[in-house]
Amino acid sequence: MTGRLHPDRHADLLVIGGGIHGCSAALHAAIRGMSVIVLEKDSVGRHASGVNAGGVRRLGRNYAEVPISDYSMQIWYRIADFLDDDCGFQIAPQIKVAESDKELETLARRAADLNAMGFTHEVILSRDELRAHLPAVSDHAVGGLGSLTDGFAQPYKTTFAFQRKAQSHGVRFHEGCGATEVRRKGDWIVDTAEGTFRAPHLLNAAGAWAGALAERLGERAPVEGIAPMMLVTNRLPHFCDAVVGATRRPLSFKQMPNGTVVIGGGRRGRADANANLSEILFRELRLTAETACDLFPIMRGANIIRSWSGVEARMPDDIPVIGPSARHEGLFHAFGFSAHGFQMGPGVGDIMAGLIATGGTNAPIAPFSIQRFAA
Amino acid sequence: MKTYDLVVIGAGPAGLAAATEAAKAGLSVALLDEQTAPGGQIYRGIETAGAHRTAILGKDYAEGRDLAASFRASGADYMPGALVWNIGTDRVVEYSGNGSSHRIGSKAILSATGALERPMPIPGWTLPGVTTAGALQILLKAAGIVQEDALIVGSGPLLWLLAAQMVDAGCPPRAVVENLPKGRMTAAARHLARAMRAREYLVKGVLLMRKVRAAGVPVHRHATELAIEGETSATALTFMARGKAHRIESASIALHQGVVPNQQVTRLMRADHVWDASQHCFRPKLDGSGQTSVPGLYVAGDGAGIGGARAAAMQGRLVALAIAGKQDERASRLSAALAREGAVRPLLETLYAPAPEVLAPADTTIVCRCEEITAGTVRRTVDLGAPGPNQIKSMLRTGMGPCQGRVCGLAVAAIIAARKGEDPQVTDYYRIRPPLKPIPLLELASFGDMAAE
Repeated sequence: MTGRLHPDRHADLLVIGGGIHGCSAALHAAIRGMSVIVLEKDSVGRHASGVNAGGVRRLGRNYAEVPISDYSMQIWYRIADFLDDDCGFQIAPQIKVAESDKELETLARRAADLNAMGFTHEVILSRDELRAHLPAVSDHAVGGLGSLTDGFAQPYKTTFAFQRKAQSHGVRFHEGCGATEVRRKGDWIVDTAEGTFRAPHLLNAAGAWAGALAERLGERAPVEGIAPMMLVTNRLPHFCDAVVGATRRPLSFKQMPNGTVVIGGGRRGRADANANLSEILFRELRLTAETACDLFPIMRGANIIRSWSGVEARMPDDIPVIGPSARHEGLFHAFGFSAHGFQMGPGVGDIMAGLIATGGTNAPIAPFSIQRFAA
Repeated sequence: MKTYDLVVIGAGPAGLAAATEAAKAGLSVALLDEQTAPGGQIYRGIETAGAHRTAILGKDYAEGRDLAASFRASGADYMPGALVWNIGTDRVVEYSGNGSSHRIGSKAILSATGALERPMPIPGWTLPGVTTAGALQILLKAAGIVQEDALIVGSGPLLWLLAAQMVDAGCPPRAVVENLPKGRMTAAARHLARAMRAREYLVKGVLLMRKVRAAGVPVHRHATELAIEGETSATALTFMARGKAHRIESASIALHQGVVPNQQVTRLMRADHVWDASQHCFRPKLDGSGQTSVPGLYVAGDGAGIGGARAAAMQGRLVALAIAGKQDERASRLSAALAREGAVRPLLETLYAPAPEVLAPADTTIVCRCEEITAGTVRRTVDLGAPGPNQIKSMLRTGMGPCQGRVCGLAVAAIIAARKGEDPQVTDYYRIRPPLKPIPLLELASFGDMAAE
């Protein structure tokens, strides 16, 4: 079949990877009038996009990410209208708790830095203000840093909603359809078990598998597959409305609307991207459990009923690769979100679609160039 | 961390026999079991049941005594009260016992975790006062307690066994309502010749039914449109039988629709499973020695496919001999006996296949009781495009509650398969995540220390 053009397998844009970034970029490109095909080796939302903790968080991001995270937040606020699905999104404070005066000083410096950059969403919380948001927090907490109109959503529901909305705009999804060969011959040509696909534009949104794809095309991108771990407790009486982190110790903590508490942060399980597998290592979770009990004494009575993990992509500098290829025309990258890409999905998809459709963007994406890894 | 040649999980007939056999063959063996004494569900309380209780529970129950005694004398390390909550890909077993969590290593693992009762989602099945036949039998075995005036509803050998045991205990059920569709006897009859090789099971079954009828227990057959009434707890069962609507009042209703393999351990370890169309359930794919697709993970007993207690003990012995590398003449004799035990299964499986209305609950019936999700919600989410059980789980939280999918898994998978017109093998099942049983967060907070020892 190679060489013969099959109309169903030809589009303006091929997206490799059916995660939230691939789905969002596909939708935004379709809205701009492009024909789009998404190739997903497993099923949509199978990996990082479906299994992350669902934090919709601007708080605490790398400074380079703050502008696009803030841009993405504006899409989140209207996500239900945009996707015809509420995505389980709820506005909620994201708060980093300071356990000592020294930690609070660190947080205050950060808030000042952001203010200087023109962003005011992160605010210092006094001891009393912290308790107004987190009545159940431990006595030893001295204050915190909050981004009070961040939130959380349901990751798989959100990614699935992006897929369905994209489909309603004509985007074609091929699931269980991995790219076996990618090459350029005028157009980008992608071989799969379902046949050969071609398009003038190719977006690499393949998450933990994106590094291998980039390197096959001659661009170095040292992606590491990691397995963040999440614990879920039994239902507890309602005690916490915010999504909570610690300052010095790794923690992400939130009580779901149904009363269960999701605890994650920092510790990693065993990831095997090649085998599509991740494994929870409970012995690594001792400190996570201890931190949760320290910050919220109510947790001392909780039971773990479930855990989950999944394969996510991490870059050595913990910020993603976003932008055009430094080597090939018509090739674009959006991957390596290093376990905090979910919130940025809506915004980065829009930025990528604009970049692909027009060749440029006003978004400050220079820090995310793949060029930074060039040998 | 101590490492054993073989770690056996479960102290029912398969686990007891396997641990005994493996220890005799010179392997270092640990047997972990949730209960405080050997026996599993089938021989629960076997070491402590007095003559009276044993007489009620019957001759088959008493067979468990020798198994337990041999195990006690075998030299295998016995860890009762041990809740296995995770097994790593490195075959390290993590379990909770005496208020803290522990780890042991293994060269081989035998999952002998037996069967679970098939969920029977009918309207009202989640009301307080509704339980399962298995749960009533556990009360009888463990505490000698018999539920008074209970209504026994569904189908399967255990239904009649329990009813007869209640008669013997002097506390017969209010009624037995059997939901076997008409025509099953005729369909099952073609397996009769083969089943005669294990005719004692057939004789036993007939005698049980006779005993229940002789005691004057009302028996309703071919019941359909089963539903349980009640606002805050069960008050009555309604159903159709012989063209008439029936209503029987009872505050205690025990449901049963046969048993299915407990897949939690084998799914956790990502072993391959196959759909067993005759038993209407998944079972792990095993090689000739009882090994799954995961090297070093073995299964024996009902967890490998429903075969009953005697078959379970034989399988346990066979797997232990295989692990110990003793494929001798005794093993071939055991295999022959096992084949004879299995002769009755095709008949039982045809006769007692779950009723269509249980496999396809009404849209308004709850299927996931932890999260209170109805069959209709599952169907609508399939229509939306969710491709399988794991996406349904992500969307609806089915299988995310404390039962970890044990109760709803097969029902949800069957609904998805039917809605998509798919073979259940293709639809497949939930990915099972640890912990298999809830563990206190505080226990986890001190677990790392224990592990470092």
